[in-house]
Amino acid sequence: MSPPEPRSPELHSIDQLKAVLEAALLTSVEPLSLDELARLFEGRIERATLRMLLDELKGDWHGRTLELAQVASGWRFQARPEYWPYLVRLQPEREQRYSRAVLETLAIIAYRQPVTRGDIEQIRGVTVNPNAIRTLQERGWIDVIGHRDVPGRPALFATTKTFLDDLNLRSLAELPPLEQFTRHEIPLG
Amino acid sequence: MSTISSQARIHGEPLQSLPQDLYIPPDALEVYLETFEGPLDLLLYLIRQHNLDILDIPMAELTRQYMDYVEKMRASRLELAADYLLMSAMLIEIKSRTLLPRPAGVEQEEDPRAELVRRLLEYESIKLAAQRLDEMPQAGRGLAVAQAYHERIAESRPPQIGLDDLVAAWQELLRRASHYTHHKVSREELSVREHMSLILRRLGAEPLLEFSALFDLREGISRMVVCFLAILELAREGLLRIVQQEAYAPIYLQAADVSA
Repeated sequence: MSPPEPRSPELHSIDQLKAVLEAALLTSVEPLSLDELARLFEGRIERATLRMLLDELKGDWHGRTLELAQVASGWRFQARPEYWPYLVRLQPEREQRYSRAVLETLAIIAYRQPVTRGDIEQIRGVTVNPNAIRTLQERGWIDVIGHRDVPGRPALFATTKTFLDDLNLRSLAELPPLEQFTRHEIPLG
Repeated sequence: MSTISSQARIHGEPLQSLPQDLYIPPDALEVYLETFEGPLDLLLYLIRQHNLDILDIPMAELTRQYMDYVEKMRASRLELAADYLLMSAMLIEIKSRTLLPRPAGVEQEEDPRAELVRRLLEYESIKLAAQRLDEMPQAGRGLAVAQAYHERIAESRPPQIGLDDLVAAWQELLRRASHYTHHKVSREELSVREHMSLILRRLGAEPLLEFSALFDLREGISRMVVCFLAILELAREGLLRIVQQEAYAPIYLQAADVSA
């Protein structure tokens, strides 16, 4: 037996609209896009209005424990950064760090996409470790978006929206700029 | 490696150098050498360690030090990656080319070190970018995403949009955009390469896409320009084909790896 579907009351005020958005965003596993949020109101609310409501909602939560953030896939609530040192204690296992091979492969794909395995090898000067690619694919951070039309038809890799979401970014343009340090001492690490 | 910290003292005297007979377990050397991600990484380390000018590399010095390391790796019977040997050959080739006398009156050819320097600098910028990426907070590591409990009832209803709607909306937007261009003040950061990936992704799902269907109609004229640049760049890199049956017919885009 499924419970009777609650009827949606008529929405009159700005506050009621914001409350609906807030409930949807707080209960969503994934970030919600403007299209998804518009479905809350069966498309009767303009996107520009939604954006304005989201901005207001963001302001309403200013200084609270959660903040409304915009990432590549849409909007989501997340804990303010200052609570992380406490929240991390609830994590069952120690946080894992990726090897330099994985991180450098990721950086090349992020900054030079779409790239093939050969492009990655050209930049790093070593054979690509298949595990590095697999690790990033299993994390959902990269995927194959096509093949280069050359002999062997090598796969073209690119970063995903999940990658941007997980790094709290809206677009690749928000990545730290690629810089060259020609004078600085580079610590061995 | 010959000098060590003056903190170490024996009978009150600072220790100036390691005793000759100090035993270094082979495993430790192995661990140390394994911290290099490849020949480029090792070369960068040598250049930075010895404060060599990367734009004017003393090839004899660098080659000698590089070969020292490679010999150490071989001596400790590490399975030496072919990449390291290839780099040895390349360094020696560059060195020998710098030694060859240039006949007078012949056009100045490119510095034989140029390609190596370009690769070193490119690798270094990627290496630094990788470190920066690692320092950023990530979901589950420095970033906690909120999710309140809510009992879900499965019901999916994907939005239905026809191509005609898109084309009509596109033309409507173009019409409006021409009126309102001077109102655009949004300084959204745009990325051509991001759009290249988005377009290839869509071409993976649909083998043939009409040109105008690729533009995100709601995101403003600057984003449309970026999308257009991305299409041109993809065509230039040979990653997509632009096809049209006859003059004034609709233009279609096709992934280059799909056989026509």
